[in-house]
Amino acid sequence: MSGTVTADDLRSRVADLLAAHNPAEITRWEFLRARFDAGLAWVHYPVGLGGLDAPRALQQAVDEELAGAGAPDNNPRLNVIGLGMAGPTILRFGTPVQQQRLLRPLWTGEEIWCQLFSEPGAGSDLAALSTRAVRDGDCWVVDGQKVWTSLAHRARWALLVARTDPNVPKHDGLTYFVLDMEQPGVEVRPLRQITGEAEFNEVFLTGARIPDRARLGEVGEGWRVALTTLMNERVAIGGAAAPRESGVIGLVAHTWRERPELRSPGLHDRLLRLWVAAEGARLTAERSRQQLSVGNPGPEGSASKLAFATLNQTASGLEMELLGEEALRYDDWTTRRPVEADFLGRGPGYRYLRAKGNSIEGGTSEVLRNIIAERILRLPTEPRTDKDLPWKELPR
Amino acid sequence: MNRPMTQRDLLYSGVEEDLRSTVRKLLCDRSGPAAVLARCESAEPYDLGLWRIMTAELGLAGLLVPEQFGGAGASVREAAVVAEELGRSVAPVPFLGSSVLATSALLSCLAPAEPASRSQPAEPASRSQLHALLTALATGERTATLAVPLSTPPDAAFPGSVRAQDGTLHGRITSVVDLDVADAMLIPAHDDTGPALYTVDLPATGARLDPVLPLDLTRRITDLTLDGTPAHRVVAGPEAVTALRTALTAGAGLLASEQLGLAEWCLDAAVDFTRTRYQFGRPIGSFQALKHRMADVWAEVTSARAVARAAADALATGDDDAPVLVAVAGAHCSDVAVHAAEECLQLHGGIGMTWEHPVHLYLARAKTSQIALGTPDRHRAMLSVLVDLPST
Repeated sequence: MSGTVTADDLRSRVADLLAAHNPAEITRWEFLRARFDAGLAWVHYPVGLGGLDAPRALQQAVDEELAGAGAPDNNPRLNVIGLGMAGPTILRFGTPVQQQRLLRPLWTGEEIWCQLFSEPGAGSDLAALSTRAVRDGDCWVVDGQKVWTSLAHRARWALLVARTDPNVPKHDGLTYFVLDMEQPGVEVRPLRQITGEAEFNEVFLTGARIPDRARLGEVGEGWRVALTTLMNERVAIGGAAAPRESGVIGLVAHTWRERPELRSPGLHDRLLRLWVAAEGARLTAERSRQQLSVGNPGPEGSASKLAFATLNQTASGLEMELLGEEALRYDDWTTRRPVEADFLGRGPGYRYLRAKGNSIEGGTSEVLRNIIAERILRLPTEPRTDKDLPWKELPR
Repeated sequence: MNRPMTQRDLLYSGVEEDLRSTVRKLLCDRSGPAAVLARCESAEPYDLGLWRIMTAELGLAGLLVPEQFGGAGASVREAAVVAEELGRSVAPVPFLGSSVLATSALLSCLAPAEPASRSQPAEPASRSQLHALLTALATGERTATLAVPLSTPPDAAFPGSVRAQDGTLHGRITSVVDLDVADAMLIPAHDDTGPALYTVDLPATGARLDPVLPLDLTRRITDLTLDGTPAHRVVAGPEAVTALRTALTAGAGLLASEQLGLAEWCLDAAVDFTRTRYQFGRPIGSFQALKHRMADVWAEVTSARAVARAAADALATGDDDAPVLVAVAGAHCSDVAVHAAEECLQLHGGIGMTWEHPVHLYLARAKTSQIALGTPDRHRAMLSVLVDLPST
């Protein structure tokens, strides 16, 4: 929904905001709250919820102008789940009371969000999840286990999908909630991964309580709400075009140029193939960005995710072979808890191991191929045995 | 790479989409797979009736030519859209030889010489002749080609197989594209002063044209033997070298768009077939073993679109980065087209091996265009120099 707000309007609103709230004189939170209230947080959101019903494409100019004036930003990388997934879902399915309470601290970053979807028994087949929510008066009582939860140890709120009716087919028995992470029934444990560090968590829910007013959407409608969340997973938070040789290819090319003694004909051929693939992936992502900016998101996002996984895995494998003996060593096996993976800052062995997750996290490459084949190419689906059976009768 | 890169427009404009639908409609009506298949073994392998409509009515031969020379004053971006559609239909018309290679070489010859260079610009006597030829090519009145082997990469050394002496040419050039229907040739030759470009009108004394039986029946090649053929010198020295390289670079860049269109057709055909072909009681396109392969081709085609657009846009704007993006396109898009055509055939099973089904035309075009204007390996070798990743 885009109103009649123009780039000029926004420029004068930015000027008004800066005049009334000098970032040099107030705290970061004070400024960010004022920015939200001025509708300059995410201009495509409705008036009163941090936006102005303006075209989304105008956001970038606002961000740049404020950054140019030395204003603090909301550090979007710290709250990716909140901004990228919770925001759009609350906007679409939240009640006015929920929207008023949750969106402002979400946007400013005062409240971090996490997402409690995946379970040990429900990965690609998310709709089969078994965490139970049972009604108890005005509340729901939740028991179950979630996994691969980033930011759970810092999150104030969680997006939760739980099973409220095991007697109907799996997609029909789910309900979507906002869970308060600061309560005794929620236990967060770091999940150590093959790199040694723990970017993610396991979350154990034991009699956790959720008031019914924190439900998003109707009872039994959780799958539809979850799809909205997942569809927003890959919508970029602003972002400019990536320069050439961004990512691992840049490291490999740098090593190649600086260290002639490592070169060999076989590696040279692989390096050039990789360089072409990396440039192709960069241009594909850039084309996707351009389509989004003219309000026409293409399906390139799925292609980019698929290509990015392969590329990172190939590049990090090649980097190790290029470095030879040095790549026998590892930089750090201690269980660190980074907010996000320091992919380029760590060593080659780390990159090699971490990149293996790229074809699993956020949808495996195999599931992605199904999505491309069925939703974009419109190929027929596999015959399914699990869609019409009540959830409790599914083999597991 | 420290140099900041210009923002490149990787989308299609409204005008470009309109152009696409006009060309696609024409090619669907006039040059469907059955028509192309029927023509390819006939006495008239080129569809000159179609070419007349494309040139005289739609002005597609003159997209690269400025209006002052009777062209459309468009750019490589628009020509790339036409190339996509021609790849999609493997239509047998001399667009590559005449409207891309010969036209780009002529345009380079006519470009104002840089004052600092010690080059010899097109000789005044020949300038008006060049203008006339360029206009005739732009309107489709005449058809020309650039006399080099179709496999010549943009970074090739200036060819030495033809010698010029006293205004006549001697030598042999094999596998010249679209010469079959050309009435003029631009010929790289060596004379006393070094490299030079000559024009020859056809038919010509002492010029023998031997049509080759081509693997790709929709794009003809011819062996040319010159034995005392009278010719006009157009440019000499560095200008001639530049003209040749410019033409081959534009050709390689536009070939990538043709390969994109070809790959799109192959993917569409595979999807259409596997949706309706039943085995084991279900459409074979429902098997993940097959649909994942089509998803991979889709992802490759999607990236080929971005890469081909980047090359076309850089060529259109005369960007310094154009040689890099053309080399990326040359290395990437031809492999995508070959993979799409090979998968298309395999996913069709037995019917894909029959002459009756047109997929073999696409396979032959894909494989030969992988070799045309530089193999992927050659383009990667060019990149190795351009982006400073030396082999040793």
